[in-house]
Amino acid sequence: MDLAGLYGYLIFFLSFAGIYAILALGLNVQWGYTGMLNVGIAAYFAVGAYASALLTTPASPNHLGGFGMPIAVGFLGAMVVAGLVGAAVGLITLRLRSDYLAIASIGMAEIIRLILKNEDWLTHGVRGVVGIPRPLDGIIPGYDALLMLGMIVALVMLCLLANQRSYRAPWGRVLRAIRDNETAARAMGKNSFLFRLQAFVFGCAVMGLAGAVYAHFVGFISPEAFDPVFATFIVWVMLIAGGSGNNYGAILGAVVIWGVWSGTEIVIGRLPDEIVTQAGAMRVLLIGLLLQIILIARPEGLLPGRPPKPIVKP
Amino acid sequence: MEIVQLFVYGVLLGSIIALGAVGVSLTFGILGFANFSHGDLMTFGAYIGFLIYTQLALPFWLALAAAIVATAIVAVAIDRVLYRRFRQRQSIVLLISSFGVALILRSLIQMIWGPDTRLYETGITIAERYWGIRIKDDQLLIIVLALLLVALLHGFLSYTKIGKAMRAVADNADLARLSGIDTERVIMWTWVIGGGLAAAAGVFLGMDTRLQPDMGWFLLLAIFAAAILGGIGKPYGAIAGGFVIGIVMELSTLVLPTEYAPVVPFAIMVGMLIVRPTGLFAGRST
Repeated sequence: MDLAGLYGYLIFFLSFAGIYAILALGLNVQWGYTGMLNVGIAAYFAVGAYASALLTTPASPNHLGGFGMPIAVGFLGAMVVAGLVGAAVGLITLRLRSDYLAIASIGMAEIIRLILKNEDWLTHGVRGVVGIPRPLDGIIPGYDALLMLGMIVALVMLCLLANQRSYRAPWGRVLRAIRDNETAARAMGKNSFLFRLQAFVFGCAVMGLAGAVYAHFVGFISPEAFDPVFATFIVWVMLIAGGSGNNYGAILGAVVIWGVWSGTEIVIGRLPDEIVTQAGAMRVLLIGLLLQIILIARPEGLLPGRPPKPIVKP
Repeated sequence: MEIVQLFVYGVLLGSIIALGAVGVSLTFGILGFANFSHGDLMTFGAYIGFLIYTQLALPFWLALAAAIVATAIVAVAIDRVLYRRFRQRQSIVLLISSFGVALILRSLIQMIWGPDTRLYETGITIAERYWGIRIKDDQLLIIVLALLLVALLHGFLSYTKIGKAMRAVADNADLARLSGIDTERVIMWTWVIGGGLAAAAGVFLGMDTRLQPDMGWFLLLAIFAAAILGGIGKPYGAIAGGFVIGIVMELSTLVLPTEYAPVVPFAIMVGMLIVRPTGLFAGRST
């Protein structure tokens, strides 16, 4: 690989790591803060991607809309729609014990996948949505990819800021209380269901934003891009590896695990064609094994979550 | 007549779901976590059957037995290597670990047998007609063997010491431990029974449809629904739940587009969890 190729790859790598970091930050609010087991990340990711794609593409007979709106509206719309879907799912499932929530969330993700795949009028089915506009293209000729990366980094920072702020706020404290001892939190008069629902919707909206960024980054989306199992699973591994409850950990985990995943891809690219499909399965196997090793050897992750010190008034 | 036909197909699907649900219900009841790798244990059993029956051309009963034994061993081994380490931690850790195990099993299957669809036999079997109902010999065999396995399970749970201990632990683990039951032994047998029945379900699913590395994963939701419907930790409930889910799934194709059939078990499950979280047979509550 020459220097220009390496530079291009680095930008591509970091852009994707940024998208995963946003997903991991969304999951951190749900799992790290509140202890909710959302196994349907791919669904909110996909909903956000489709929402923004339909809002911003020019009108097309293939799917609903497009409405040709500015990209900022697409991003906001993605967050709102993913948040609304999250609210609907949360209302049904958040009263359940965590195991049941996990089962129900994977069921919901499956339903959303079926809708994206089968409702041709809405999403153009398996053929997907094409020509999703890229923001910032052509502002400084020759620097499109770098500008895009800059935007993604800015969004990661924005999500980090929102997450950190809510973690320190009384709201975040209630979430941790619910996670660690729900009965005690309720005894203090906190409506645990309502707080859970808020945290769930918060996380889903952030995941929706990640979906929108993905759609505008790649320019084309189809149901295949949102593999319900793997897209969800790798984000979980990222958060657990980085440190559940720690926002910096979520970002670090996203970069590290995405690095491992991309690194294995480079190795496999050099293998002969006959064993490439088998080797693809081996990459998934490696990530699965990595999760087990982390769970056994360092369950708190690279950067363990630590609640902020209480402020003592003088 | 259409309804009767769908009902028969529902019994067929139900018997496969029921065999899977028994394992999920027992491991959930005894170890306290929803095992997300159970569907992939089914797939593993199905492919072991493929190896013995199709690739090595040995008799069917041998393939079925080998699949059951091999999957039971794998299930116990996974527990020894991984799940055992997490028993003192929150049950959620077990669930997350099992999610990883599901992917590990599936990618192993893909590495060994490839991602393509496989069939046990080439050639097409013609469906016979009995009193106007179409059913293949294979499908009759599945129902008969499933009922036989259920009968064996009943014998095991009712008449052997370890079977009774298993039900006791599923009912109330602390009480069982206090009365001197060796929990680790019960846990091992839980995986033997759960894994073995999952393998049988996988082989039957492969006979009825075809083999794919994600075949078990796609049935997992229906299996969870059956286990919850029947009450967690209640093997008989899980069997009943399996038949109910299978029959309703097939009958739903009368009113729903076929693509959306997987939604049905989910709807039943969520409805059940909201209305009666202990399941029809009053298992562990949420």
